[in-house]
Parts: sequence; C-alpha cells; structure tokens
Amino acid sequence: MSLNARERMLRRAARDIGAGMTVNLGIGLPTQVLKYVPADLAVCLHSENGIAGVGPVRDRANADRNLIDAGGAYVSPLPGTAYFDSAVSFAIVRGGRLDLTFLGAFEVAANGDLANWIIPGRLTPGAGGAIELAQKARKVAVITTHTDKHGAPKIVVRCTLPLTAPGCVQRIFTDMAVCDVTPEGLRLSELAEGVTVAQVIAATGAPLIVPQTPLPRF
Amino acid sequence: MPLLDKTCDMAEAIARIPDGARIMLGGFGVPGTPFCLIRELVRQGQKGLTIIKNDANETGMGVDWLLENGQVARLITSHIGLNPRAMQMMNDGRISVEFVPQGILAERIRCAGAGMLGFVSDIGVGTLMAEGKPEVRVGDRSGILETALGADFALVHAADADTFGNLRYAATACNFNPLIAMAAKTTIAEAETVLAPGGIAPDDVHTPGPFVDLVVALPELSEVYGVVER
Repeated sequence: MSLNARERMLRRAARDIGAGMTVNLGIGLPTQVLKYVPADLAVCLHSENGIAGVGPVRDRANADRNLIDAGGAYVSPLPGTAYFDSAVSFAIVRGGRLDLTFLGAFEVAANGDLANWIIPGRLTPGAGGAIELAQKARKVAVITTHTDKHGAPKIVVRCTLPLTAPGCVQRIFTDMAVCDVTPEGLRLSELAEGVTVAQVIAATGAPLIVPQTPLPRF
Repeated sequence: MPLLDKTCDMAEAIARIPDGARIMLGGFGVPGTPFCLIRELVRQGQKGLTIIKNDANETGMGVDWLLENGQVARLITSHIGLNPRAMQMMNDGRISVEFVPQGILAERIRCAGAGMLGFVSDIGVGTLMAEGKPEVRVGDRSGILETALGADFALVHAADADTFGNLRYAATACNFNPLIAMAAKTTIAEAETVLAPGGIAPDDVHTPGPFVDLVVALPELSEVYGVVER
C-alpha cells in the first residue's frame, strides 16, 4: 500500500467521526485516524486502558510516563479528561456508550463477521478489548488493507479464523474502497482515486453489489 | 485510634509467596506494572506460578523476566501481542495461556474482590471465548456464566500509599490495580511515595486500606518505570 493510499483511507475513515460522538480507535491502523480528525471537532476519544477524552500524542521528550493509550502511545489530557480503572472502562463499552469504533482485521466477512485476534499456532496476540468493542459499540467499522501482504483478499465470504464477534461490522475502509455490510450482501460504496471497480472485485474474496450510479471517490 | 502500620521490607513481602502461587499483577503496558516487586520475585525464583495480568508486557520488561526465568506455568490474560517470547512459549506448549476478553477479565477480578461468585454476560457468545461456559437465561435474554477470578497474591503499583495501605494511582497507571488489590488473599502494594496516615485526603483514596496487607516503599524509580523508547 502506497503512503498516499494509506493516507486517503485514513482521511476517509476520519470523516465518519461526527461531532458529539464517543469513539474508540483500536490498536494499529485505526489509531492513525487520529491525525485526520479536525482539531476543533467536539469528539470524546475513549481508550480502554482507562481514559475518556484522549488528547494529542506527545513525543518522548514531553511524555508523561503514566499516560499512554491502549496502543502504548504517549498521549495528553484535555480540559475535561477523566481516568478510571479497567472495570469502569469496559462498563463504558458494554453499557453502550460508544458511538463508533474502528478496528483492524485479519479477515472480515461479507456478513459482518470479524476475525482479528488469533491465527492459531502462528500469531496469537489475544483480543485485548476487541471482543467487547466489536460486540457493543453502536457502529463498528474495520480499517484494513484490501489484501494481505501476499495479495490474498482480507474480505471473504466466511472467516476461516476464530471470530472476534459475529455479524458486528457495518463498514469496511480499505486502501481501495469503502464497502458496507447490507442485508442483501456486501455493497461497494466508494472507490479510492485511481482504482477501478474491476480491480476491487478482483481483490475481494466475496461477491460485491456494485451500484449502477457513479461511485464517490476518496 | 491509630491505624496499623503495614509497611514491610520488599524481600520479606515477596518471600511470603510459595511455589505454585496464583499471582495477579497490575499494569497495562508500563504504567501501573509493579516492576520492583516482579524483579524481587525473579531474584527469589519461585516456580510454577500462575500469572494473571492484562498483558505480558514487552520484551525485557516485567512479565517477560518471569517467562525468561522459567517461573510461569500458566498465564491468564487478555493480550500478549507485544511479547514475542510469550507467544512463542504458548505455541511451543511451554506455558498454558487462557485468553479472557479484557473487560471480562476486569469484571471477573472485581467480582472476586466484591465477594461474588460470578456474573452473566453476553460477551463472546458465538465465539471460542464462550466455549465450555454454562449458558444462563435471564428473563428473555441468554448469556454465559462468568466465574469470579481471585488469586493468592496481588502485586500492585501505586503512586502514593499511606502506611495503612490507602492507595492512590496516577493517570493510566490505575488500570487493573484497584481491581486486583481487592481480589487476592494477600495484597502487596509497592508505592512511589509512602506517606503518614492522612497523607492522602479521604476523598482522593482510590483503594481503601482494608484491601491492602503490605506496603513496600520503592527506592528511587529505576529506568524501567520511565518513558519507553521504541
């Protein structure tokens, strides 16, 4: 994925964050979305290690050793930031206080199933808080490269890996497209600049519903 | 009516831990990890331990010292992705790892600390995480039974303690610390500053003294507590 394509994907995902939302950005690509959220947007970022109101990332020289986000980045407080323990943090998640979460994916299926915590016997990081985020955030969107590093589709008909949560994903942002999970199937909703519908179809492991109208570009 | 002085020498506190103990450790990444207590546990070398902690720290830190020293038999955790040694030892069968969703881990620990036997949740239904757990109907909803998770020892890191064991945590160094402090038969707290009773205002106490058995004053903080260079 070129830097340009990655930046466009992240910038596009950031546009789904609206004023007044409480949002959790998962570890990995999703955390990078923060750079593209307008500084004046009234949004409360939640981090599962115990922060509501996560402020901008700090460099090492200005870091507070006691203040990281769940991905380990040193962050800062804002006026109104709150800290709390891990039980309270997940009460926020399970209690339905998150409007939106962005998560990474090993595989995501056309029916919204998500697998992102274990490749048995090979890569076994564990789920952290992803199971609760995937199951309980009001809207779950995945941010991922369209294909893995071998060029194989990450969007598939059915996940082969153990699930994080079934049927949880509503939207998928990739370096090639925005796709939406609908009752009729996976719909191609937007295209990245310079990418054709045929290229997206070829890189996707599940059937895509392609609207007849021209697709927005990002 | 004075309150008991629970301050204790570090080596003496850790010497209470026998081989095969179940030990909860505070911390989410570096903040809140009781590195000095863990270091002392490595020095004393107790074996066959069950470690209960959110994560396995990173290479060369905390839980990784225990793994490297062959002291861990079992790890109950939510995430070990930043510790390649933990993943390797799991996949080689040298340690057993039980993954628990992070908030369920927190709640199971809180539950034990609050004297409850368990709770019903719908987290992980339809995934591996629910396998083997009894299904429970509550009204018209169905969930799974999650059991309370307690331990023999909790090793806690606090910013401030008083000699009675009232604790205050700093920012994201709070995380699992107040939960594990409630859930073990013996809770040992290391503190950056140990104050006289009253040194933490009653409104500012995060963990009340009755949950804490021993208070260990930290010497000057070593580099491992500092900002990590990646």
